[in-house]
Amino acid sequence: MEYQWNWGVFLLPSAVNDGTYLDWMIAGLQTTLLLSLSAWVIALLLGAVVGVLRTVPHRGLSGVATAYVEMFRNIPLLVQLFFWYFVLPEMLPTAAGDAFKALNPIAQQFVAAMVCLGFFTSARVAEQVRSGINALPHGQKNAGLALGLTLPQTYRHVMLPMAFRLVVPPLTSEFLNVFKNSAVCSTIGLLELAAQGRQLVDYTAQPYESFVAVTVAYLMINVVVMLLMRKVEVLVRVPGYLGGK
Amino acid sequence: MITIDKVSKHYGNFQVLTDCSTHVNKGEVVVVCGPSGSGKSTLIKCVNGLEPFQQGDIHVNGTSVGAAKTNLSKLRAHVGMVFQHFELFPHMTIRDNLSLAQIKVLKRDKDEAAEKGIYFLDRVGLKAHAHKFPGQLSGGQQQRVAIARALAMDPICMLFDEPTSALDPEMINEVLDVMTELAQEGMTMMCVTHEMGFAKRVAHRVIFMDHGKIVEDDNKEAFFANPRSERAQQFLAKILQH
Repeated sequence: MEYQWNWGVFLLPSAVNDGTYLDWMIAGLQTTLLLSLSAWVIALLLGAVVGVLRTVPHRGLSGVATAYVEMFRNIPLLVQLFFWYFVLPEMLPTAAGDAFKALNPIAQQFVAAMVCLGFFTSARVAEQVRSGINALPHGQKNAGLALGLTLPQTYRHVMLPMAFRLVVPPLTSEFLNVFKNSAVCSTIGLLELAAQGRQLVDYTAQPYESFVAVTVAYLMINVVVMLLMRKVEVLVRVPGYLGGK
Repeated sequence: MITIDKVSKHYGNFQVLTDCSTHVNKGEVVVVCGPSGSGKSTLIKCVNGLEPFQQGDIHVNGTSVGAAKTNLSKLRAHVGMVFQHFELFPHMTIRDNLSLAQIKVLKRDKDEAAEKGIYFLDRVGLKAHAHKFPGQLSGGQQQRVAIARALAMDPICMLFDEPTSALDPEMINEVLDVMTELAQEGMTMMCVTHEMGFAKRVAHRVIFMDHGKIVEDDNKEAFFANPRSERAQQFLAKILQH
């Protein structure tokens, strides 16, 4: 039997009469963007803190940070997602667990997915930040301290500005990964881009059109991210270093 | 000004410094020399607490470096240090390199810090480069900026850790000239260096180290004319050939 291509499917009114199938895809795209961007903010903030802690000369702090990274890096994302969504609400103190369950189901899915993706990615960001700090010449830290700056001041004004510049390229990959990993969140029922694509197949029996649309949407997101990060790279270039003039 | 009293340091089983004692008086220029691995850089980094040590103590202007209650940041703010690899902050302009610690540590206001920075930049002959970034300067220029950066903190003494070792031969003199001028103005200086010409001209005393020990500690005339230890004689014989 020949496959009947029908690109017009996206303009058909949906089976449940809530707009067209294109509206479904757009809603999915919005969820993916919102989820990934908020997870990325969490990942950057937490990852920066944990990455710094891994390099400080204090065994307790760096030990805690190492344990954090190894835990979130070595457990599959899917398992972590199930933990945040199904297990953790039952383990929380009753009041907090009930507050979570009182949210509407979509909000529950979104919050669990956002936190899960944010923590998972933060462990990876932490590793990049740590490698950036370790890549700096050791004398930079000494130079900051020798001027009388405290260790936190030395991190803030001397080491981190250069460390972050060094790791813009690997952070770009992590940024791209957030969007790709967000597809896993469809497994708890969150209607993001991939889930909307699958739903479209169920309703219209037009799998090729649906998955081509989903693929193109992910590609477009990541092209935009790459262009954006290239801009960032150029903006933070240091004259005389790292390709700057 | 600086008193080093029976300082010993080890990394695990490896003894880096053994029972080192010496002192640097106010206005005195002391050159520390010796073969590589002799512990001279480690010793000078102990003076401002960048390297911890296990035994003995160091006093800078009466403040103990080894004591747990000493605020090391406060002490370092007035002990200038110049490094082998300059260690300017590459993401900041020269002006900001000079201002940063003045503002954050000494709490000077921005304009005052900038003015002071420019004054010292002028003294090392680099006023015209204030707006540039370190990567746009030559090694010798960067090292002069590093000296100016230390001076802008109004240090009570200066530590130099092989300030010319990473420089092209042509640029060594411009840095040594700045150091010589500083010495002539009466700055207290402790310099780890292989520049024996500088030591002969400028130093008051020379310390010779080998295997983590201070082998010779003498005024420069005695050191160069008649080194007592065999190791120092060999060292001088080799280094003074050229």
